[in-house]
Amino acid sequence: MNRIVILGAGTAGTMMAVKLRRALEPEDWSITVVDQDNEHLYQPGLLFVPFGLYTKRDLFKPRTRFIPPGVDFVLSEVDAIDVDLQAVKLKDGTALAYDWLIIATGARISPSDTAGMLGEGWRKNVFDFYTPDGALALSRKLREFRGGRLLINMVEMPIKCPVAPMEFAFLADAYFTEQGIRQDVEMAYATPLTGAFTKQRCSDALSYLLTSRGIRLETQFNTGEVDGGAGKLSSYDGRELEFDLLVTIPTHRGAEAIARSGLGNELDFVPTDKHTLQSKASERVFVIGDATDLTSSKAGSVAHFQADVLLENVLRAIGGRPPLPHFDGHANCFIETGHGKAILIDFNYDVEPTHGRFPLPGIGPLKLLEESEANHWGKLAFRSVYWNLLLRGADLSAIGPQMSMAGKWS
Amino acid sequence: MSTATIAGHAVSVDADGFMTDPQQWTPEIATVIAASVGLSLTERHWKVIEFCRRDAADKGEPPGLRRIAQGAEIPVKELYQLFPKGPGILAAKVSGLTKPKSCV
Repeated sequence: MNRIVILGAGTAGTMMAVKLRRALEPEDWSITVVDQDNEHLYQPGLLFVPFGLYTKRDLFKPRTRFIPPGVDFVLSEVDAIDVDLQAVKLKDGTALAYDWLIIATGARISPSDTAGMLGEGWRKNVFDFYTPDGALALSRKLREFRGGRLLINMVEMPIKCPVAPMEFAFLADAYFTEQGIRQDVEMAYATPLTGAFTKQRCSDALSYLLTSRGIRLETQFNTGEVDGGAGKLSSYDGRELEFDLLVTIPTHRGAEAIARSGLGNELDFVPTDKHTLQSKASERVFVIGDATDLTSSKAGSVAHFQADVLLENVLRAIGGRPPLPHFDGHANCFIETGHGKAILIDFNYDVEPTHGRFPLPGIGPLKLLEESEANHWGKLAFRSVYWNLLLRGADLSAIGPQMSMAGKWS
Repeated sequence: MSTATIAGHAVSVDADGFMTDPQQWTPEIATVIAASVGLSLTERHWKVIEFCRRDAADKGEPPGLRRIAQGAEIPVKELYQLFPKGPGILAAKVSGLTKPKSCV
C-alpha cells in the first residue's frame, strides 16, 4: 500500500483529499488527512462578523463532513515532519510514514511579533478580525462604539486575503453611516506599502474609494510598537498615530510545526517552487495554499487554482515523471466596498488586475475592477459555493486554473 | 535601463537607480551609493550588506526586512537607524541588488 499524507484539513487540504481520492485506486493508495481540530472555519466570513452580518454559527462546519469516504482523518496536532525519514511525528506520539506528503497547514496571525500588541489594550481598544474570537470581540466593541479615531493597520506582508483590511475599512464606513455616527468617526488606514492595495493597478484604479469615503491613508508605515494604554501606534521611523480603536492585521506566520521541523523561512512559510508547488526541501513533499512562501495571494481562490495543478503534479510524480510548471499565481477576489456593492479582481504573478467580465468572457455576469451590486451578491453567494461545490471538488470549469485574458483588457 | 558610472565603474541601473547586475558591484560602489543618500557606512552597515549580497546570490532576490534582521542578527529597530526610512529598499540599493518587490 502506498501512502499519501495531507497535513491540514482547511480549504486546500480538503480539496486535495477529495481530488486525490477520486484519482487513486483505494486498493493501492491510502490517503490520510491530519488536523488538530474538527472545526472547518469559513475564513472569508470573518470579515462580516464585526458588523453583525455573520455570527459564529455561520463560520463553522465539522471538517469530517467534507472529508470523503475512503480517506482517514486523524485528529492530532503535528509535532514535526522528518523529510529524510519520510514520516510525520504527531503530538500523541505516533508517527505517520508517507510516500508523498502534502503540506496544507495554512497561516495564522502572530500578534506577539509586534511589541506591545498583546499588552493592556488587546481586545479592549486593540482588535484583530482574522480569528473568530477577535472578530466576535470586535463586533461587541463596535456595537458600543459611539465615535472617535478608528485606525486600521496592516503590520507587514504577507497576510491572508490582502484586500480584507481595505474591505474592513469600507464596511466600517458604511456601518457608521447606517448608525448615523459617521461624522463622529475619524478613519485612517496605515500600511507599510506605498499604496492602499498590494497591486499597483488596484491602487491606481481604486484609491478614489478611500478619498471619497474620507479615509486618510498613511503609507510606508512600518509598525514598530502598539501602546494600547496611551492609544498610540508608532512606526520604526518614529511616526506616531493616535487611536481610540485600533483594528490591526498582525504579522502572519506559517504553522508552528513547520518551524519545529526546520522547514520554514523567517516567517515559518515553506519554501516552494512557484510554478510546480514542489517543496524545495524534498521532492516527496508538495505544498499548497497559505503554507507556501510564494508571492501569490494567500487566499482560497489561489488554493483552488493550485489544487488543479497540484493534483496533476502529484499524479505525475507518482508515475515517475517530473512536475509541470503550471501554476501561474492566478487569484481572483471580491472586494466588498460597502453599501451593497463590491469589486471583483482577477490577476496572476505577471498580469496586474484587468478590466473585463468574469467568468465568461464578454458576458460576465460579473464586472472586473468596477463596483457593482452583482459583485456584492456574488461575494455573499460564494459562501454556499464554498461549502457545496469548492470543498467537494466540483468542476468549476468556467474558472480554469490558469488566468485567461479572454474578454479582459488592461 | 541605463548605464551609470559609479566610483569609476560603468554599471547598469534601473530608473530608480538600483543596479540590475549584482556582479558589477564593488565595495567602493556601495560607499558612493551610500554617500548619495547621506549615509556613511559603518561596520554594522557592512554586516547588513554582506548578508544581503550572500542571501540574494542564494535566493535570486533581495531579502526582506525581517529576513535581514534574522540573517544579519540586527534588530529591525536598529536597521531603521542604520538605513533610515526604508531599510529593506536602501540596503538593497547600497548592496547593488535589484529593487525589492513587495509581496502580494
